[in-house]
Amino acid sequence: MQTTSGIPSLEAVDLQCARGERRLFDALNFTLRGGELLRIAGANGSGKTSLLRIACGLLEPTGGLVRWCGEDIRRLHEEFRRQLVYIGHADAIKDDLTAAENLDVACTLAGTRVQRAQVGEALHRLGLAGSEDLPARVLSRGQRRRVALARLVLSERVPLWLLDEPFTALDAAATDGLQGLVAEHVSRGGAVMYTSHHEARIAAEVALRIDLGSGPAP
Amino acid sequence: MTAALRCVIVRDLLLAARRSSDVLTVLLFFVIVVSLFPLGIGPEPALLRTIAPGAIWVAALLASMLALPRIFASDHADGTLEQILLGATPLGMTVAAKVFAHWLVSGLPLVLISPVLALQFDFPQELLGVLTLSLALGTPILSLIGAIGAALTLGLRGGGALLSLLVLPLYVPVLIMGAGSAEAAAAGIGGQAQLFLLGALLVFAGAFAPWAAAVALRISME
Repeated sequence: MQTTSGIPSLEAVDLQCARGERRLFDALNFTLRGGELLRIAGANGSGKTSLLRIACGLLEPTGGLVRWCGEDIRRLHEEFRRQLVYIGHADAIKDDLTAAENLDVACTLAGTRVQRAQVGEALHRLGLAGSEDLPARVLSRGQRRRVALARLVLSERVPLWLLDEPFTALDAAATDGLQGLVAEHVSRGGAVMYTSHHEARIAAEVALRIDLGSGPAP
Repeated sequence: MTAALRCVIVRDLLLAARRSSDVLTVLLFFVIVVSLFPLGIGPEPALLRTIAPGAIWVAALLASMLALPRIFASDHADGTLEQILLGATPLGMTVAAKVFAHWLVSGLPLVLISPVLALQFDFPQELLGVLTLSLALGTPILSLIGAIGAALTLGLRGGGALLSLLVLPLYVPVLIMGAGSAEAAAAGIGGQAQLFLLGALLVFAGAFAPWAAAVALRISME
């Protein structure tokens, strides 16, 4: 599964991020290994999303670098991207496609081959049974979020999960379901990094936490 | 990888089919603009025959311009573009697949309908082939060059107007070759030279434009 032998690890070295004039964080170091859970906390505008986008390579850090299994992610390109799942603020759901089509497209783009039956099962697990063939246009905000998150069920062999505010718009049952999914992934030896305003109840042997503070420094 | 590329093409075609009004708008725009020329100039067959290739080509340019923002805009708005950037396939190839799908729904219909429109100009029937072939070679170039501009202006306020300013000058060589091929054929000196040049431009644009657009996408997503 991994290209490098050993436990997969995501390592941030001296990360620095500035958006415009504002410096969000400075000299940030952490290591996230397989089997560990990392929660990014902090106030609105403290740089949680930016940190996640830097970690997956969508955003270039102002300074410092991110390593995956000891190698700079800027040099790994697709090799790194194949080993992560990023669920962002935006659900990446197309209104004109059905829930099942959306999930199928998301997995295929990420390089995961899925069967139609698996797609149905994943949606079922997220409580969307019966909505598979509805256009996403008629789904509620929470249901759309569930479609996006259903990708995680099909990504159990992808070592790194990066989730940006995964619990937003979810009801209690879906929140429990997602916490279960994350706990399973961590116990399988996967690494999960997520941002959240609230402490989630996820059983993990190693649960790390980074607090980006109350807001950007002047 | 081929699975991912096929998936992108099928998805974009499916989206276009489910939102066919977008496709029809571009086609109708093309038909109307081309039809304005005979109406405005009046029934002078010799003059109409002379301007036919130029008029059709300019209209094709404007119509493909109109369709350009759609290549990436909706994917950008709903976050799908982030997932495409993080995809397992090299981004340049995914962009090439998207441009191809875009051409199928916005460029190919123009090519297919142009012989019919040329009749309004009393354009010689034996030259319709050259005109259609020049459009078939030229419109993909327009989509490829346009993709770079669309990627650069993604998410900008007033991006549409900026996109025209950015891309239209780059369309000029295609316009000259495209319209020139049919004009040369009409003058009896054959349009092969222009068609070969268009073909060369297409190969060149096909090889490089997707990668340039990929870089532009990464920059506009930061």
